Amino acid sequence: MKSASLTTGLLGAFSLLAPLSVWAADIPKAAEKQPMNMTAIVMFFIFVAVTLGITYWAASRTKSAKDFYAAGGGITGMQNGLAIAGDYMSAASFLGISSMVFAKGYDGLIYSIGFLVGWPVILFLMAEQLRNLGRYTFSDIASFRLERMPVRSFAALGTLCTVILYLIAQMVGAGQLIRTLFGLDYSLAVVMVGALMILYVAFGGMLATTWVQIIKAVLLLSGATFIAIAALAAANFDLEKFFTMALEGVKSSALADHKKAVADGRNVLAPGGLVNDPISSISLGLALMFGTAGLPHILMRFFTVSNAKEARKSVFYATGFIGYFYILTFIIGFGAVVLVAPDNQYLDLVKGTLRGGNNMAAIHLAHATGGDLFLGFISAVAFATILAVVSGLTLAGATAVSHDIYANAIMKGKVDERVEMRISKGAALVIGVIAIWLGIAFEKQNVAFMVGLAFAIAASANFPILILSIYWKGLTTRGAVIGGLMGLFSTIIMVVLSKTVWVDVFGHAAPLFPYKDPAIFSMTMAFVGTWFFSITDGSERAKREKRAFEAQSIRCETGIGAVGASKH
Amino acid sequence: MDQQVMDSGQIERIRNNPKYQELVSKRSRFAWILSIIMLVMYYAFILVIAFSPASLGAPIAKGSVITIGIPVGALIIVGAFILTGIYVRRANGEFDELTRQIKEEAK
Repeated sequence: MKSASLTTGLLGAFSLLAPLSVWAADIPKAAEKQPMNMTAIVMFFIFVAVTLGITYWAASRTKSAKDFYAAGGGITGMQNGLAIAGDYMSAASFLGISSMVFAKGYDGLIYSIGFLVGWPVILFLMAEQLRNLGRYTFSDIASFRLERMPVRSFAALGTLCTVILYLIAQMVGAGQLIRTLFGLDYSLAVVMVGALMILYVAFGGMLATTWVQIIKAVLLLSGATFIAIAALAAANFDLEKFFTMALEGVKSSALADHKKAVADGRNVLAPGGLVNDPISSISLGLALMFGTAGLPHILMRFFTVSNAKEARKSVFYATGFIGYFYILTFIIGFGAVVLVAPDNQYLDLVKGTLRGGNNMAAIHLAHATGGDLFLGFISAVAFATILAVVSGLTLAGATAVSHDIYANAIMKGKVDERVEMRISKGAALVIGVIAIWLGIAFEKQNVAFMVGLAFAIAASANFPILILSIYWKGLTTRGAVIGGLMGLFSTIIMVVLSKTVWVDVFGHAAPLFPYKDPAIFSMTMAFVGTWFFSITDGSERAKREKRAFEAQSIRCETGIGAVGASKH
Repeated sequence: MDQQVMDSGQIERIRNNPKYQELVSKRSRFAWILSIIMLVMYYAFILVIAFSPASLGAPIAKGSVITIGIPVGALIIVGAFILTGIYVRRANGEFDELTRQIKEEAK
């Protein structure tokens, strides 16, 4: 009995990646293409015009590699905090978590908390260390004392795997979401997103990418604040009344999830609900928490501020904005129960879901509280959100190609900056075209597993090497490369053999690997592998690398020798 | 190795500076304590959900529909933010001042 309740509870608590996966899977399919939404399209074009203006301005200020990769190091802690929050507040978390609260109630909050708690730990153990040791990418830190060629190549591989998988999931999600919101054709939507992100990245570099992200974060936070206040206003700002209305909303709801909650006699304001096994649940929690600390496009942001002090402030602000955002999504989810669920115009009574799928909870609530105009605004913000996130990803991928592979692994650091930047821009173009192509190719595929896989790779390949190079003196090149590759490949193999790919994508009858999320195993393999192949490494190079740890840790602690802001 | 940072004399001076030892031990202890507080808060929450979900499902007051779980959840979110604030305050003040002195003395 005890173990059953443990299982139930842990799952409810730990199935953190679900909102990420849920959204890609749940986003409305082709049949539900909406009529053209003119307000949304006009607002979106205003956003595009403003961001292209910013790109033009940023292009004139992007002269050196440091400008291109790190916005010249001149972003303030507050701005960077908003940009980091923007990277994290993707359309997936906005629509996914609010719909999770809408459909399951309290459990949605448990998910948000799981998303948030990684941030303080990143601040305490990584933020200033990253800033003090690195220049443009996280592999700067790994190759600080390890041998450039192998470590850079490995880190670039980890970055590109994470970025491409994440990009495909975002592109497919973008095409489907935009079709639903704007009534645009899927392929057209994907091409538009791809073309815009190439423009932002290739011409405006990190400066444009950061400002696009900041503007979107401000728009999203304001929009979500408005929806939440309007929802609370329906209960005269009386929380007791608000939640009473939500409970009544569930009782009288025509939706399948709500009917099930009523039939099970479950209180949606209390934890409980989903069932799975604890290993998968813990594994998901690990992937989420440490995956965040290994996402290349987020790590890159720590190099855009001028020093460790600003890096710390960035995480402080980011945690505040993200936490505030998750509290809003909680209110929005229940607000949708109160205002959207009882209104037939928002329901698909045949399927027993919201019209366009349950992920539309926040969107429908925007319409219920602010009419067509506000619906247009929120739709445009959702589009802007996707655009900002894919731009950050593309920049991270392009930087891995030009800075890690070309400038360091191939040219050993002896490189003309102008050539390096040209390669970076070319790489942004190539990655953008690949993303468009795969986005269209995967239109009908179930790509839900890709975000989970990206997080798992970030947690099992990028994160172990990064954290060990900061803190473990004994790390050697051999250990880092072998251990990192073990983490990378074991993650991919386990995911391919798991139910999500082996059964759901390839159509086999039963999975060969029983757990949906491999992080608990793949992270262990990466750490143990790195440790084992480091301690057994008796080479001269290994001795040199261990000796160099002291100088590294002095720079890491004090920031002496760290790269400052460039002067304009 | 990618970069040459300091000459060995400077490394030696910093390593032997008691302020450097103080900075490293104080900051790492502080960072780990705060990390552990965060993890304990989170996993305690998870364990309560696992073993005793009913206690979070209890109303905050007799007759109220609001469960204890709602303010607890909100408090963890706010707590995470406050913890980052506590760290940033001390690091940007006390630790940065120590770092400044170490840099000064290493010249």
